[in-house]
Amino acid sequence: MTTMTAQTTQVYSVFIKATPEQIWDAITKPEFTQKYFYGSHVTVTPEAYRGLDGAGGDLVVGTVFEYEPPARLVHGWRALYDPETAVEDDSRVTWEIEAQEGGYSKLTVVHDQLEGAPKTAQSVAGGWSYVLSGLKTLLETGEPLVG
Amino acid sequence: MTGDYIVTYYRPVDDDPVFKALADPTRRHLLDRLFERDGRTLTELESELEMTRFGVMKHLRVLEDAGLVVTRRHGREKLHYLNPVPIRLVHDRWIDKYTEQHVSALVDLKNELEETA
Repeated sequence: MTTMTAQTTQVYSVFIKATPEQIWDAITKPEFTQKYFYGSHVTVTPEAYRGLDGAGGDLVVGTVFEYEPPARLVHGWRALYDPETAVEDDSRVTWEIEAQEGGYSKLTVVHDQLEGAPKTAQSVAGGWSYVLSGLKTLLETGEPLVG
Repeated sequence: MTGDYIVTYYRPVDDDPVFKALADPTRRHLLDRLFERDGRTLTELESELEMTRFGVMKHLRVLEDAGLVVTRRHGREKLHYLNPVPIRLVHDRWIDKYTEQHVSALVDLKNELEETA
């Protein structure tokens, strides 16, 4: 394991064979997110981003700052799944979806403003790759990642 | 539609450019530098490598085409970020499949040996 401090701005990008609308639904609707996002049931309104566990407990909450389906979503991020991250400052997550040639879309996730949330930065550093890989697999095959 | 155009369009969704990008020690070194701290400019990266600016640009371009490096504009600066997702995809597609059984067999063996010890 590395003892290095996790980055305060993290950028993740993936090409997915899907329309921007399909990707938007997959990141804002619980029936999709529970299949690739550590089982969390995410709901997004123009006001609030919320991820719940199966029992209805809050995992992640944040204010929505920009809500432009199906191209752009910006929201706050407070990770309540761990008492150490729950007390940290809110960070910010930006989702950008751009249509590409050949039926592909490019999804970019920027997790920044992590200066006041070092535990959160560490916690999400490996997580986003796993989540985006799972999202791609789900949209392209209809099946969640196994294992 | 030109041939070049087609090549460019298939690039980001294919494993080939990822393997090619990783098959060079300088580019792996660049990725390690970005892993330590990313969001860096070309000038910063260049200062750490014994290489011309043109050489660093060329290697960054290959990494960018493979999706391993993503650039974002910040004011007048162009910052380079490590994007680990293509490596994760290679892992999920090519490594998990072949290692899972062996790894769990080794874990079983370790557990068994430690229990009897």
